Amino acid sequence: MKSLEELRAIREKMQGQVGLRAEDHAHTRVVVGMATCGIASGARPVLNTLSRLVQEKGLTGKVAVTQTGCIGLCQYEPIVEVMEPGKPKITYIKMDSEKAAEVVERHLIGGHIVEEYTLASADIK
Amino acid sequence: MMPEISLNILDVAENSTRAKASLVEITVDTDVAADTLTVVIKDDGCGMTEEQVAQVIDPFYTSRTTRKVGLGVPFFKYAAESTGGSFFIRSQVGVGTVVTAVFVLSHIDRMPLGDMTSTIHSLIVYHPDTDFIYCYRYNGASFTLDTREFREILGDVPFDTPEVSEYIREYLSENQSETDGGAVY
Repeated sequence: MKSLEELRAIREKMQGQVGLRAEDHAHTRVVVGMATCGIASGARPVLNTLSRLVQEKGLTGKVAVTQTGCIGLCQYEPIVEVMEPGKPKITYIKMDSEKAAEVVERHLIGGHIVEEYTLASADIK
Repeated sequence: MMPEISLNILDVAENSTRAKASLVEITVDTDVAADTLTVVIKDDGCGMTEEQVAQVIDPFYTSRTTRKVGLGVPFFKYAAESTGGSFFIRSQVGVGTVVTAVFVLSHIDRMPLGDMTSTIHSLIVYHPDTDFIYCYRYNGASFTLDTREFREILGDVPFDTPEVSEYIREYLSENQSETDGGAVY
């Protein structure tokens, strides 16, 4: 069984580092819709991929991954919204783990919107 | 429909957090001899009136305004009942809600349990203001995760700190495989 001792060791290591995180308003927020519609269409792996990559790529200081409820566009789930301070909100639709990884690489790191996955580029009838 | 029982659990437990629960208790109890898989989700949220409890089972009822259907509870109910199992909700305004789903383990229509580690991990990490007790039982063996214990050790270090988040994930997956011997069902 995994012990709580390990958690104590992490606590010791982390102490003093907590205040180093960027202020919330300076953060880019990445929000994943996690209501019934999102979950049923595969939002959980999308959320996991985003938060794992944000950690692995060392972006936790400037990007916060969070979840929300139903955005009201159930037919386009899984939906990921990227909100950068001072820029218009970008809504990515019909996401999966691979597309999420691309958004981290090209948008969050590279600074270029992945146009082909956005709601704005979708052919809405 | 949800392709995994663990996704039903994630979805219905989200309701508990939206009901402003401070403590959510989730139990998954698999008993091969009795041929049952029982899921209990208990919260101390705002609760529902008798009338509301009757309504949540109706797919065309929802308290939200962004859309006109609410499928979370109906999906979970259908998933359990289609295996010959049972489903019930007990709720009291101001006290909380208990949702119990019993699945017949060997039934062909029973969805796989799925990735419980991801479900519980997502709930804990993305709801920093809610405490969770997760109890996993398999044929009498069991393990429990109580975020209040974690919180006591961690103090002001948040659950979404990369190291802590990873620890929680490993705690869940290692303890589950020790409890059920790596059973896939």
